[in-house]
Amino acid sequence: MTAWLARRLTSLVLTLLAASLIIFLMIEVLPGDPAAFMMGLNADPQSVAVLREQLGLDAPILARYFTWLGALSHGDFGLSYTYRVPVGDLIVQRLAVSLPLALYALVLSTAFAFPIAVFAAARANKAGDTIIMGITQIGIAIPNFWFAMVLVLIFSIGLQWFSAGGFPGWQGGVLPGLRALTLPALALALPQAAILARIMRAALIETLAEDYVRTARAKGLGKTQVIWRHALRNALIPVLTIIGMQLSFLLAGSIIIENVFFLPGLGRLVFQGIIQRDLVVVKSVVVVLVFAVVMINFLVDLTYVAIDPRLRHEKRGK
Amino acid sequence: MVSRVSRVLVLLILPILLAACGQSAPREGVVLGMQLEPPGLDPTSGAAGAIDGVVYGNVFEGLTRIHQDGSVQPALARSWTISADGLEYVFHLQPDVRFHDGSLFDASDVKFSLERASAPQSTNAQKGLFVPIEAVEILDPLNVKVVLKYPAGDFLFNMGWGDAVMVDPLSAPHNGTIPVGTGPFRFVDWHKGYAITLQRHDAYWGAPAKSAQIQFVFITDPAAAYAAVLAGDVDGFSAYPAPENLPAFEVDPRFEVVIGATEGETILAINNARAPFGNLLVRRAIAHAINRQEIIDGAMFGRGIPIGSHFSPAHRAYEDLTGMYAYDPSRARVLLAQAGYPDGFTASLKLPPPSYARRGGEILAAQLAKVGITLRIENMEWAQWLDQVFTNKDYDLSIVSHTEPMDIGIYGRDDYYFQYKSAAFKTLMDRLALTNDAAEREAILRVAQRQIAEDSVNGFLFQFAKIGVWDKRLKGMWTDAPIQGENLSEVYFER
Repeated sequence: MTAWLARRLTSLVLTLLAASLIIFLMIEVLPGDPAAFMMGLNADPQSVAVLREQLGLDAPILARYFTWLGALSHGDFGLSYTYRVPVGDLIVQRLAVSLPLALYALVLSTAFAFPIAVFAAARANKAGDTIIMGITQIGIAIPNFWFAMVLVLIFSIGLQWFSAGGFPGWQGGVLPGLRALTLPALALALPQAAILARIMRAALIETLAEDYVRTARAKGLGKTQVIWRHALRNALIPVLTIIGMQLSFLLAGSIIIENVFFLPGLGRLVFQGIIQRDLVVVKSVVVVLVFAVVMINFLVDLTYVAIDPRLRHEKRGK
Repeated sequence: MVSRVSRVLVLLILPILLAACGQSAPREGVVLGMQLEPPGLDPTSGAAGAIDGVVYGNVFEGLTRIHQDGSVQPALARSWTISADGLEYVFHLQPDVRFHDGSLFDASDVKFSLERASAPQSTNAQKGLFVPIEAVEILDPLNVKVVLKYPAGDFLFNMGWGDAVMVDPLSAPHNGTIPVGTGPFRFVDWHKGYAITLQRHDAYWGAPAKSAQIQFVFITDPAAAYAAVLAGDVDGFSAYPAPENLPAFEVDPRFEVVIGATEGETILAINNARAPFGNLLVRRAIAHAINRQEIIDGAMFGRGIPIGSHFSPAHRAYEDLTGMYAYDPSRARVLLAQAGYPDGFTASLKLPPPSYARRGGEILAAQLAKVGITLRIENMEWAQWLDQVFTNKDYDLSIVSHTEPMDIGIYGRDDYYFQYKSAAFKTLMDRLALTNDAAEREAILRVAQRQIAEDSVNGFLFQFAKIGVWDKRLKGMWTDAPIQGENLSEVYFER
């Protein structure tokens, strides 16, 4: 187990190093001078040159990579070109929106997906199952930004229950914060829930064909009960994999939803950074996201072991 | 069993219900939407229009200020005297003016601010404004003399730009994040990516602001902007980003739609140094091939004023030159044939992201195709556009709005991206700089407009409209935008 952990951690560090180099190089080849961008159409060329020097843009590429990596290793992301504040602070501020939003959406999607999947699996290939699976197919097909706009139309403009967007911050309390994140989380959760429900239904149907399920049924348990008590746990491995992927996706991929609801999240920070050539911000956020994805995968691997004792023995055997 | 499922469901969905029932706190002051978030809040460093949009006239003030009608009015200088030769300006400063951090504003701050802006290490995007300054002399704490190298007729106007605001030596280095000025509002909070909050500065030297608080909320997506106005999340947009929604607002009795003028001349930029555009006949052919109204209707949903030169129709010296090259495709073909291109030619059209450029580009390509000019459209991001088109002049044609006020002088710059070189125009600009008399200045400006129109330097399309959309109860908003910022001290919400 310890050896396995050590192996996983080494590969984690190597992945991050490789990612940092790729990210750095990719951003270097992006056309566009951040200094020129900041100074606009009427700018004095001398002012642009001074700004380039201030931003450290005139150093050679390799030197800049190692300076960046060195600073990164002790948690210093550098100063944002445009905002002129530490990027670390920006990321922390944005994570205070993106992380709760991702978790909220994940909770909602799981909350929808579990009962739907159980319901459908218990009625596999019967009318109820067909209808539910048809609906989830639609759920997958609906683009989440469109669904978001429909939600805004109904709940913000029509009923005026929620504001159409924005995020007041957590300092006003948990409830106003959650309230602001509700529509975005719903918009994000629906397609995810549809995907999760379909995967879970398939996994459940597969486990329902196992011998122990027949035994349980023979004992006199109802079909739904068998699913909740026995099949669910065994169907969790593929489901967890999907949940892990979804969390990564929700963390990094909510740019469009953040735009629709004008939320100050990580996605918009990257988006803005790319447009304004705030390369320090782009590099740093991508590194943070890579780190988050790698960590999530690592945690998912750990949970596999926790859920499935067979994997534990396998690891020990090696 | 069913109870267990529902228990899980209730537990997980409870937050939604709770959130839906909770009442949001009542809003204070005025909330305005803005499409772009400023990168920083120091107007003396960086060119983004959004900086001035937030702080100009609100947090920071200059010696003079540009009023809504474009006129120059006293601000931190309550009056001034100009020597007969136009070389010496003595500014008499407002007494008892304090910065938001409590430090006193006096002549030494004027000297500091002007010298800082023109220093070699300055990153002021409009350094040109300060080039005429020879020296700044402190006469006494409330009087300061600015000596110019040569008479500069637009000096007072230039001192009203956001780039020329007065700052304090102590707070100046931090103005990008914590702006400290002398204006009617002081900076409170910047929730990056979301909103900036300003609060009324109670110790303001002038008439106090009518609203206790102004909040700017940044909404990039046009659809989100529409929803935010309809849902009442913002009281309005001074510059509303989506002209396509205007009919919906115009019929809605809750809202007011106010169309005004900006200083944004939207042009088809032509690379005059590149064949075949160096040929005046070709540029005139292009001018005849352009149907301005069609572009305004298609790209701006009818909002915009056709222009025939690089000059704002709102200005007194404006000369309507839209008739110089009437829309006439057959004339354009004749001119092309004369220039040696009877079958037309192919060129690239590099477009920045705003919708006026992207939509306008499609329409323009169709119009030029009718006279035999085939355009290859290349869409690019701003940074890429600045790099390729603006800095390296690697382009044939482009569409862009020049938003700076009174910027006809760019046609006199040698290395500007149009690559227009005219000794006669430069002489005009030099004469303008030396002229203080208003009537004479106007006369020169008219000649200048006519010259660049005759030389058909660029395709002149339309003046960008300022589209204001706000709640009917919001009062005191500006109709026109003679400068990139807007003084909000008169703005309040009628409750």
